[in-house]
Amino acid sequence: MHSTPYVGKPHAKEHRVLLRGHMGVDFTDIDNYIKHGGFSVWKKVVENGPQWVIDEVKKVNLRGRGGAGFPAGIKWSFLPKNDRDRILVINSDEGEPGTFKDRYLLEDDPFRLLEGCLITCYAINAHTCYNYLRGEFHKGLAVCDSAVQQMYERGWLGKNIQGSGFDLDIYNHPGAGAYICGEETALIESLEGKPGQPRLKPPFPANIGVFGLPTIVNNTETIANVPIVCEVEADEFNGWGCSERDEWGRKAQGGTKLLGIAGHVNNPGMFEVPLGITLRECIDDLAGGMLGDAEPLCVIPGGASCPLILPKDFDVPMDFDSPKKVGSMFGTAGIMVMDVDTDILEVMYRTAVFFQHESCGQCTPCRQGTGWILALIKKMRSGKASDGDIDNLYSAALNIEGNTICAFGDAAAWPVKSWIENFGDEIRAEARRRAENPPAVVDYGHH
Amino acid sequence: MATEGLAFSPQAKDHIRELLGRYRDRRAALIPALWVAQREFGWVSREAMQLVAAELDIPEAWVYSTATFYTMFNKRPIGKNHIQVCTNIACYLRGADDLMDVVKQELGIGHGETTEDGQFHCESVQCLAACGYAPAMQIGQEDHFNVTPDQLRTLIREIRGASPSAPPPMPAGGSADA
Repeated sequence: MHSTPYVGKPHAKEHRVLLRGHMGVDFTDIDNYIKHGGFSVWKKVVENGPQWVIDEVKKVNLRGRGGAGFPAGIKWSFLPKNDRDRILVINSDEGEPGTFKDRYLLEDDPFRLLEGCLITCYAINAHTCYNYLRGEFHKGLAVCDSAVQQMYERGWLGKNIQGSGFDLDIYNHPGAGAYICGEETALIESLEGKPGQPRLKPPFPANIGVFGLPTIVNNTETIANVPIVCEVEADEFNGWGCSERDEWGRKAQGGTKLLGIAGHVNNPGMFEVPLGITLRECIDDLAGGMLGDAEPLCVIPGGASCPLILPKDFDVPMDFDSPKKVGSMFGTAGIMVMDVDTDILEVMYRTAVFFQHESCGQCTPCRQGTGWILALIKKMRSGKASDGDIDNLYSAALNIEGNTICAFGDAAAWPVKSWIENFGDEIRAEARRRAENPPAVVDYGHH
Repeated sequence: MATEGLAFSPQAKDHIRELLGRYRDRRAALIPALWVAQREFGWVSREAMQLVAAELDIPEAWVYSTATFYTMFNKRPIGKNHIQVCTNIACYLRGADDLMDVVKQELGIGHGETTEDGQFHCESVQCLAACGYAPAMQIGQEDHFNVTPDQLRTLIREIRGASPSAPPPMPAGGSADA
């Protein structure tokens, strides 16, 4: 039983920059971090000034690693052009099923993130930064608290950091078990001590965010990339990505991506790849192929809300744009692989339990609809469904999509639609089989 | 668990005062303060919520609405050892249900249940962000990854204080059948 996330030796198809777990170095110690080049880019940053950082981040088109892929440099440029106080918030509320990349950064390499916070705050002129960690990350919180403490002791936080005249305070802030707080405005509500219910936009957080102040919310992995962006030339950073292969109609996408592979594969775990590696390479090479050489059924490519990718499309490059061409999404690059023996109704059930449990309850279509989806799937799973229920299920999903304040409603609807569109006949036949001979089932996750 | 005359320790009060210094708005210290309360009392009772409200000088209704929204705040006493098994997609694909079966066999409890002696509380939870190390679970604040049924059985018996080779203890309630 591993007590910490295990990172294996790099595979030949990986390109590791962020992922250093295989080096056997304790990067939670600031001395080790500095010994391996940590904070060395600060001098260059201060010499060149805030605008240079923003320009570098724009030059490599650093896209958000939290799921939406929005360019970080553009997001920062939405801040008001005045001296108003502003706040940087790090979204470490990792909880999209299939996703486990930020856990590594928070537990094993926290200074990379915190150095990124320092440089980003310097660039956008923020003097307060909150790192919002999901409540279950007990170890991550302890490690980040210790790391922040070490930075204060060494003059990397506080007043006049390293003689630069720049002041910054970073606080780690725990959540308490709510997936919806990964949505940036729900996270802001939660940070203010309220239930995590998303806000209507506009106003956007860049104008009115935490405590009514201009706020930037960035993903953990995105900000952990900032020191690297400042360190290397833009061409080098972009060279790790996939700006070349544009038969998929892609724009330049700089850098690497932490990518998790889970499910029915021989070697599940976390990898760091150049953006644009194909899904087939991820499964066959990085993850060592299908468990027991089984045939694959399909893949959920970037967290539970992403529509399925079928084996015929496994040559799709894994980057921010290409999965859209096969009807899915890149998401968080948390890949879940399923073999042909997978019980589809059971996976649909687990997904439905999740979304019903995590709906914040604010918008009626989502609060009610996720319940209906779960109720219908439970009927099918336990052999109590009639033939029309699969159509009712599809219709329930359609009635959520697009009708809610935040994207959670869509996220709950898409997997249901995708399963029915791709495996409707199989699901119908299985529901019929079960109706004739109802199986004993155990319910998970109900209160 | 009695909540009569509930009071924060001086350390907890200091901690909450320190938390207040981190935010421009007192209400923002609420979730960290509720964590302090849960650590102090084991769960968050109405009385504990009143204490938090008084300490932060905010309305009790704010505390109640936030404490009841977030699942990790225990609104009733739970067993001493909180077993949380992820049964979401990735862990399900790698055998999480077998772990729930082991808990049932060893302790006689399922999702949302506590053993009669108050030693164990079991929950099936939604994604612990460890999908590549599935099945994943937490006991208390400790993570356990790539857990096999045998490992979990040994772990539960160790916590119970029985030697791993001893015959399975009788469950405290419910049926021992999976």
